[in-house]
Order: sequence, then C-alpha cells, then structure tokens
Amino acid sequence: MVSQARKSELLFSGSDWNFAKLSRVYDEIEALGTEELGLDIYPVQMEVISSEQMLDAYSSVGMPLMYRHWSFGKRFLYDEFLYRKGARGLAYELVINSNPCIVYLMEENTMALQALVTAHAALGHNHFFKNNHLFRQWTDAGGILSYLDFAKSYIARCEERHGLAAVEAILDSAHALMEQGVFRYHRPPKLSSEQQREGLRERLEYEERSFSDLWRTLPPSQGKTKPEAGDEILAERKKSLKLPEENLLYFLEKNSLVLEPWQREIVRIVRVIAQYFYPQRQTQVMNEGCATFVHYTIMNTLFDRGRISEGAMLEILRNHSNVVFQPTYDDPRYSGINPYALGLDMMQDIQRISTAPTAEDRDWFPDIAGRGDWRDTLLDAWANHRDESFIRQYLSPALIRKWRLFMLADGADEPHYEVASIHNERGYAKIRSALAQSYDIGASRPDIQVVDVDLLGDRHLRLQHKVKDGIMLEGQSRDATLRHIRNLWGYEVSLAAIDAGTGATLSERWTKEL
Amino acid sequence: MPIFIDRRLNPKDKSLGNRQRFLRRAREDLKRSIRDKVRTGGIADLDREHAVPMPRKGTDEPSFGDDRQSGRRQHVLPGNKTFSPGDLIDKPGGGGGYGSAPGTTESEDDFRFVLSREEVLDLFFEDLELPDLVKLNLKQILSFKPRRAGFAASGAPTNINVGRTMRNSHGRRIALRRPKQAEVDEIARQIAELEAKQASAAVRERITALREELERIERRRRRIAYVDPVDIRFNRFDPQPVPNANAVMFCLMDVSGSMGEREKDLAKRFFVLLHLFLTRRYERIEVVFIRHTHQAKEVDEQTFFYHTESGGTVVSTALEEMHRIIQERYPAAEWNIYAAQASDGDNFATDSERCIELLDRKLMRLCQYFAYVEIIDERESHIFGSTENGTSLWRAYNAVDGKWPNFQMRRIAAPADIYPVFRELFARQPALRKSA
Repeated sequence: MVSQARKSELLFSGSDWNFAKLSRVYDEIEALGTEELGLDIYPVQMEVISSEQMLDAYSSVGMPLMYRHWSFGKRFLYDEFLYRKGARGLAYELVINSNPCIVYLMEENTMALQALVTAHAALGHNHFFKNNHLFRQWTDAGGILSYLDFAKSYIARCEERHGLAAVEAILDSAHALMEQGVFRYHRPPKLSSEQQREGLRERLEYEERSFSDLWRTLPPSQGKTKPEAGDEILAERKKSLKLPEENLLYFLEKNSLVLEPWQREIVRIVRVIAQYFYPQRQTQVMNEGCATFVHYTIMNTLFDRGRISEGAMLEILRNHSNVVFQPTYDDPRYSGINPYALGLDMMQDIQRISTAPTAEDRDWFPDIAGRGDWRDTLLDAWANHRDESFIRQYLSPALIRKWRLFMLADGADEPHYEVASIHNERGYAKIRSALAQSYDIGASRPDIQVVDVDLLGDRHLRLQHKVKDGIMLEGQSRDATLRHIRNLWGYEVSLAAIDAGTGATLSERWTKEL
Repeated sequence: MPIFIDRRLNPKDKSLGNRQRFLRRAREDLKRSIRDKVRTGGIADLDREHAVPMPRKGTDEPSFGDDRQSGRRQHVLPGNKTFSPGDLIDKPGGGGGYGSAPGTTESEDDFRFVLSREEVLDLFFEDLELPDLVKLNLKQILSFKPRRAGFAASGAPTNINVGRTMRNSHGRRIALRRPKQAEVDEIARQIAELEAKQASAAVRERITALREELERIERRRRRIAYVDPVDIRFNRFDPQPVPNANAVMFCLMDVSGSMGEREKDLAKRFFVLLHLFLTRRYERIEVVFIRHTHQAKEVDEQTFFYHTESGGTVVSTALEEMHRIIQERYPAAEWNIYAAQASDGDNFATDSERCIELLDRKLMRLCQYFAYVEIIDERESHIFGSTENGTSLWRAYNAVDGKWPNFQMRRIAAPADIYPVFRELFARQPALRKSA
C-alpha cells in the first residue's frame, strides 16, 4: 500500500513522454522554481523538434528564423558531418532569448531527460535571460523574433531585386566585421519599432522610385556656389562622425559614401544580430551555471519529495555528470574550462559559503559568509554580473584548491611556459584575476577603432588597433578583413597597430598594399 | 502551463537554400573535385553520389584575430599535480597556444561531405555546355515498376498475402495446440446427448465435467487467436527499372605516344558523356574498351586509361577487333551497339582506305551510332576549325560521314566542344531507333 501511495505521487513513470506528462512536469517544476528559488521567468513556449530540425537550427546560429547565407550552409554540412560520424551528439535542447521564451525539445529525449531539460532551459536560462542586466539592457527579447522575420524577408527581397551575388558580397563583408559590430561601452540605440522601420523603408523606396537620372545630367549651375555648399555638408558630416568609434559596422552603416540604402539596411541587420548575441558571449559561465544549478537543485528536490522515481533520477544524474565533466589540463579530452562545470561549482560554493563557511571564507567573503541567504545572493549575482565580474567577485580559495587551478605565463618568443601561480596563499588572488580576465571579451578581442576620416581629401579611413601585451593581429585574416572593410567603405583604408602602453606605432597596413 | 508546439511535422530542409548558396560559392573547387573523380574513377562511376572534400577557396570567413605567435599571455588551467611556481615547461611542438581550444580549422581538413547525384551531374555538365533539355534528359532516372520480391512482415493491407498468412497461422495454431472447432462440436454434441437422457447423478456429474471442459477449450480458443498479427505476411515489391534494352558501348582509343594527358582527359569525358546518355536509355550497358597502336587489344578500364604503349598507329586494327567482338558476343539483333572513338588523327598512311571499307561495309550496318572525336591542340583549333582538310583519318572518315546519318565526327580542343558530337544523338532519339 505504501508503494501504491508513492507511485501515485510520481510525476511520470516509464521513459516515453507525451504532452500531458510534459505539461504536468512543467507545472511542478515552475512552481518549485518560482517558490523555492525565487525565479522570475518569461512565459514559456515549448517546441518539439526532430534531430534534423535540430541540425537546421544549429546552422542558423540557433535562431528559429534566419536569412540565407552560404556560411550557414557550410556550418550545416560541418555539423551534420560530425553528427553522422558520431563525433558529437546533439544538444538536448535549445533555448532562445525571446519573450515568450522558446525552448526546443528533441523528440528523441526520454521523459526523464525532458524533465531535466525543462528545468535547465525553461527555468534556468529563462530566468537568466529575463533578469541579467546585460540582457535587459542590450537585447530586446520581445522584438527579436519579429526583427529576424523582417531581416529574413528583407534580405530575400534584396536578393530578388539586386541579385544573389550583390547581396552575398555585402553579407560577407558585414559578417567579417561582426566582432567589431557591437557597442561595448555605451548602450546601443534602441531598436526602432516595426512601424518606424516600415515608415523609413517606405520613404527610401519612394526616394528610389522618384529618383530621376535626368537631374544629374543638368549642367552645373554657376560653378562657384557648389563647393561652398559641399564644404558645409562635409564639415557638418565630420562633426557628426563622433570619432573615435569602436563599432565599425555602425560607423560604416552611417557614414559610408558608397553604400546604397538597401546595403546599409543589410549592414544594419548584421550589426543588430551581432549586438543581440553579445551578452550571451559575455555570460557563458553564468548562464550555463545558472541553468545547471537550477536543474540540479530542482531535480534533487523533486526526488527528495518522491516525485521522481529512482530510475529516472539515475538517468538524470548520469546526464548531469556528463554535462559538468571537467577533464584536467593533461587529459586528451581537455578542451578548455567547461563553463557548465565552473558555473555550477561556483554557485554551489556560494551556497556552501552562505550556510557553512570556514574561517577562510569569512576572511574572503565577509558580506555573504554565514548569512544563510544563498538564494538572495545567487539571485543578485545572476542579475548583476557577467562572467568576468562574477569570477572576480566569487571565485573562492576553496574552489581554486578543489580545481587545482594553476597559471602559466606564456611569452611567444620564449621556448617555455613558466608556472606563475598555483593554488596556494600567494596565488589565489592572481589566479582569480587572471581567470576573470580571460572571460573579459572586451579585453580578449582585438581593440580596433575608427580614428580619422579625411572626408575633405581622399576619404581615407584610418583604423587603429591598440596592441596589448604585444599581441598582434594574424596577418592573413587581417588583410582579408581589411579588404572587406574597403568594400564597404569604398575608398582607401589603413590599419595602424599602436602599442597600448607606449603609444608607439608598431606597423601600418594599407589596402593599396594588399 | 506552457504553450506546446509540435514542430516535428514541419518541413525539414530549412537550410536547403543555404546549402545551394554554399555549393554555388564553392563551385570552382567542387568542379575540380568532380573533374578529379572523372579522371581517376571509372566512366560508369560518375552517375551517383560522391563525397568530396570541403572546398577551401572562397569559403573562409575572415575576421580580425590574434596572432598566436606574438605577445605575452596568461593561461589558467585545472588539474595541477606537481607544478610549483617558477617551474618551466617545454612548449609542445607547433608553437600553438597551450590553452587554445581546438579550433575548427584543423579538424576541417579531413572533412568531407556528400554531393547528391544531381549536384554531381550539374558540376560535371558545367563546362560541357549541354543544352538544358539534354541536361534534364540525362538527370532523369528511369521509370520504375514494382516487381514481386518475396514477403515482408509489414506493408499495406492491400498487399496481404493470404496463403502465406494462413500457413503461418496454421503452424502457430498447431504449435500452441489451439482446440479445433471439431473438438468443440464433439463436446457440445456429447452434452446434448447426455441432457436428452435421464438425469442421474453420474450423468449430471459428467455433464458438469463436460461443460467445464467446453469452457476451458473455448477460453483457450479465445486466447489463441485464429489469425494473429504475427502471422500476417505481405507481398514485398522491389522497384525494378523498366526493362528497356541492352546496349554495348565500345570505347576505341589510340594510345600511342602522341596521346598525352590532356588528350586522354578529354577523351575520357567524351566517353563518360556517352555512357551517361546510354544509362538513361538502356537498362543494361556493357562497356568494351579497345585500345590500339599498330595492333589492337581489348583491355580493362584501368589499362585503357592509364597504361601507355609505344608503337605505330594502325586504326583499322581497332575496328577489326571491334567487329570480331560484336560477332562473338554482341549479336546486333539483341544489342544496341554504340561506339565512341578518340584519336589524335594519326594513322598509317595506307590504312585509312581500309578503315573506310570496314566502317562502310560492316560496322556502320551494325552500329546504332558511331562517334569520332579528333583531339587537337587548342592552338590548332582555329586553323582547322571547320575545314575539310586534316589528318588522313579525318579525310577518310569524312567520306563515311556523308553516307551514314548515324556517324558523327568532330574535332575537339576543349571540353565545350564535346557536346556537339552527340547533338544528333540527343536530338533525334526516336529516329535513331529505326536506323538500327
């Protein structure tokens, strides 16, 4: 009779899933997540897809809608090759930062996996997307899907009107600059609403339609007045350039003299998408850590309450431990630090410090040690940090010892690595700071800015690369990318490498040398 | 409760457009891959899927990236076992950064993907400049007709094979000892008989026992179905290409020293194209390779294309060999005979007369089609162009050309010149039939 009663409490049994079970499990998990962990989420839309569709989604950078470009086709072939060869499995889920939050579930998953994935994506990622300040400030979850829809149809229309090759050329060039197409320092201008965009497009179309080539053939009236007017326009333009500018795509979109309106719009689309993904790249550890922490906590709570059978729980734990597996540096499977593992360990460490701190923890974390309110601490961290600041703030000596982290100094011209710090008293702070630094996208990506344009003369566009720690740009890809910039700018482009410390010019590359 | 959407039935090939764009982008590289396939593979191999290496040119996506060979970095790694501060560790070879994640660039080297048959043919046709209608014709697959091929455990209800199903059901009933209807009837009859008699205690007991027995039997009959789903067998059908006819294709080639790589490459494409055409029209095609110098020999494909031999050039020997093989193995009544000959036009001076005679008297009566290509230097192409003059073989064949409509000849200097040789073949398909 006891087993009978227990059985009726189980949320599901057996490995097959159906929509009724999914819905029951979701409701339970959502209740747990919001009440126990205090999560705050967007409404959820769950979509069941097959493995082919998952591969499709992979190739379009995980978005349900995407414009067409050959590079996605290449991506698809590559992913398909790895998958067919068995070299890589597919993700169990895919989640999109949108409102409502779209979660893709694979049809092959067992019911236990669907439950895990629901807790991970529909609760964990969803909460993070909705609450983290980077996502709140820099992306527009409500508008992204309609924006992508617009982007897709707009580019398709451009392909019809201007030909595939012309559109491809612009997309290629814009893609090359995606890394340099985000605002790092100030907030991006808000996405204009659908209506405004529509209005703008209509106006441009009207201008295109009503443009008459006849006017151009009119003889110049009184040769003198024109240069003056030109001077004024150019001066005005230079004032509005607001140099230096770190967002190359934005600069080119607004100021290039050779781009047609539709080309500008395409550059803008690429830039908006780059900006949309920028926060995700800055919060890998936190985002995955948050989702993993949430699913681990919720699944264990459900199991403790007898809502999940032991068999299902074993399956969940097996998958969980695969996900958070961290090989050591000398393991052939090592391919960098696993963000799932680091994120989860750090968040569980915060939980430990709040509830059972050691003397060391009290020294290092006086604000949170022993306060017992780990939920609030975590909610606060999830809302206000990115990877870099999160690690800088919360990586504890205990965790550094657990992971046995060590730091190598690597000079390109030296034949050896030098072990600079290990997990001891003298090394904790240095390791923490170096690890945090390695997650700072702004510092680890090349810093390239537009510094000058001679609009009155030869329209030569000057770029500057601030060289930090002597790290130069790779020559071949630099030249190829410069060619792309030239395509978008239309005139001479040069890139100077300036040492960030001394200000000395290390090298300069001109497009005419290419 | 969340919103659920089942997308499994949505169309799958969402990225097809991206694939097409990618293939177009990498066209030149892919074409080279296919050209290599033609060069190294058999002439019948082209007509299917092919795995090709990832094209490198034109498909890289550059962006500004750090030079791994410069500057000072710090790496944080997990799993320290023996290191103390100040230890020096030798860098692994290659000079790459230690903590660098394996990028996609290295692993893409051995990355191959599969081009469908259609895509392969598209790439192959590209420099041949075939008219669209012909391309379509070549790409079409034969019509298929289902043919009985054994039995299957699953299928459409209309295809149930009753005999097979009942045989299985019978065997199963015997194996599981399903009570027969006769046994039921027998017991029922006994009960009826007993009930008609006087009702003594013994009889009543017997009736009860019989009734129990009857019930047991009937229960058993219910449990063991007369026809169970496991018994059911379906007729299985295999798609079979509609039998058309048999064809044999003779490839004749001069392999004397004057035929270099370029000549052989062009000749091979010429043979591949004819073969493709024939595979569309005939169910079964045999290919015979005859090579000749001053004597001719039937060889396998490998030898045909890749072995060189020295010697003079006597074309008629190849024609004689071909005639002999036809007589021996391919009676013209049963086989459609196609011949393709490639040469650089050299021939032993007095032999050309003999060639005319052989073709005119014997071979052209047997052949559906005889195509001759003379491979010339690209520099010569504008000199000879369309003049009647030329090598001795050319002049000789010219005489045949006028007489036989199913004889085609052409000088080729580039891949694009090949197609016109076959123009007649592709244009007048029905008419050709009757000339056989």
